[in-house]
Amino acid sequence: MDLSSLSTISETEWRLPASGTMRVPAVIFGSPALLAEMDDKVLEQIRNVACLPGIVEAAYAMPDAHWGYGFPIGGVAAFDPEEGGIVSAGGVGFDVSCGVRNLLTGLRRGDIEGVKSDLADSLFRNIPAGVGSTGKITLDEREMDAMLAGGARWAVAEGYGVPADLERIEEGGCMAGADPDAVSAHAKKRQRDEMGTLGSGNHYLEVQEVVAVHDQSVAAAFGLRLGEVVVAIHCGSRGLGHQIGTEFLREMAVAAPDHGIILPDLELACAPLRSELGQRYLGAMRAAINCALANRQILTHLARRVFGHFFPDRSLDLLFDVSHNTCKEEWHDVAGRKRHLFVHRKGATRAFGAHHPDLPAAYAAVGQPVFIGGSMGTSSAIMVGASIRPERAFASACHGAGRSLSRHQALKRWRGRQVIDDLARRGIVVKSPSARGVAEEAPGAYKDVDAVVEAAHGAGLARKVARLEPVICVKG
Amino acid sequence: MRHIGRDAGRGVSHRLGFLNRRGGGAAQEARSDDEMALEAVAEHFPHGADVGVRGIAHTKAQAFEQAALALTEIVTEVGSIVPEETVEIECAAPSDGLLLADWLNRVIYEMAVRHMLFGRFTVTIENGHLRARAWGEKIDRARHAPAVEPKGATFTALKVERRSDGAWVAQCVIDV
Repeated sequence: MDLSSLSTISETEWRLPASGTMRVPAVIFGSPALLAEMDDKVLEQIRNVACLPGIVEAAYAMPDAHWGYGFPIGGVAAFDPEEGGIVSAGGVGFDVSCGVRNLLTGLRRGDIEGVKSDLADSLFRNIPAGVGSTGKITLDEREMDAMLAGGARWAVAEGYGVPADLERIEEGGCMAGADPDAVSAHAKKRQRDEMGTLGSGNHYLEVQEVVAVHDQSVAAAFGLRLGEVVVAIHCGSRGLGHQIGTEFLREMAVAAPDHGIILPDLELACAPLRSELGQRYLGAMRAAINCALANRQILTHLARRVFGHFFPDRSLDLLFDVSHNTCKEEWHDVAGRKRHLFVHRKGATRAFGAHHPDLPAAYAAVGQPVFIGGSMGTSSAIMVGASIRPERAFASACHGAGRSLSRHQALKRWRGRQVIDDLARRGIVVKSPSARGVAEEAPGAYKDVDAVVEAAHGAGLARKVARLEPVICVKG
Repeated sequence: MRHIGRDAGRGVSHRLGFLNRRGGGAAQEARSDDEMALEAVAEHFPHGADVGVRGIAHTKAQAFEQAALALTEIVTEVGSIVPEETVEIECAAPSDGLLLADWLNRVIYEMAVRHMLFGRFTVTIENGHLRARAWGEKIDRARHAPAVEPKGATFTALKVERRSDGAWVAQCVIDV
């Protein structure tokens, strides 16, 4: 990225002043090295976001930002309905409510070493993953609507998990305001047999070891201990979310002129929050959030069954579940005034600091867990929402490392079998239905996640808590 | 750029003229020498996290066919797909760009709900209305080893245009 147009606010914060049709400045978080590696498209896209109606304060890009669709991946922007603010299907993305949840096993790395291979095989057999995989649950029309309205609460009521899980999920496991009637028949049909499936691409179920603890007191509050094993599940709202994204992106793009909106990029397709289309999208998007929460809840149930076979005395308590492709209605202090805003986080995680009223009781004193995903051979991180005031970027943080090489470049450089063998030599078992898929997701195709975490920590977006390394990875 | 084999199930080379992809013999015979000289191409172009698909051919409809082949090639090798079943697809849009996105999104939808992969397409376009037939088979995870699932066709790098040499180009980025 060409840094010449940016002013330096700190070692980890850069600002593009508002100019031309920009309504607010653009702010990019990251070290000079991370920014140098970012695509110029990130700057172009975050500048375009700053032009959208009703945007408040600034358009933000997280340290893991990369070229996305309209919004950069790692983009955060908030809109005020009182000022003509919009909701953007492009600003949420195709995989609505894609996110990560972590489960605590209480097991030490040594406890699983003896059964690692069998455990990996069993997880791979029991967690539907990859293109063409289907779940064991098929929902009829009534059940589909109940799931879309109830999210993880529906899943728990159906026997997938325990009520205590719901306290450790954003929104208590059920996104309010979901409107199953706003979800098309095509979207529902696409989801019919995809409940409890992982998907493909960068989605995974990983067994990880806590290899470093940076903040002992927060780690203790999260139940994390050095040398212990956690299970991370990364996936989203599957076909239903993809179809909702597809349909509303088109409808918003076509309707934009009728709403008096000039789109600098068609992919920024949006509608006023106070419009029938905007409200209908919110209803559908919230239903997709519930679909993602229910999906991760079912996958949790499947993972617990597998672990229960090997370790009957372990319950796999839920640490937390975060979504990183959403638009959420929140209150934020902006220049000393409380404002009711619609915060888009596209490849960005909500990161409430301690004592935020929307935090579950278990984390009220420390802040929200924030999960930064890696890729098979690279580490992941657990952070906690920063408690500084004023909060940064509407209490948001990064979500992963972000790719440094395209899938095409990765395929030229690696073979799937070679990646699996190399990782096996490091003690990491990778199970995937597709060798090509593994090559495209090779760890070397991703940026240095540690640099992203350090930048987020340095910028005050979130604080480091623990570092984790993969032991078993089930890839879609 | 990554050029893709375009003759599913026929076992021929990767850079074939578009006529090898077409279904009707009569239609082939009606084409001129100039058309015969133009090579139809299905290829990928890079996008940070995802994959761009591009079809290049003598007509707009054929460029759409090639773009759909490039879409399939994100998932598996086109040549591995046996054309056992056909699916009819129709869509309409107010612009060529939206029509391409709609077309590819319909192919993605049919792949998802039927658990199928398609290795051959024929497309006709009249006044913004697209009619197509797709040939393919149910996903065989062992044989196709599908790499990644397309989520949707985006408006990023979306372009349908005629080049100065007369060839039509149809492209966009697919979110995977």
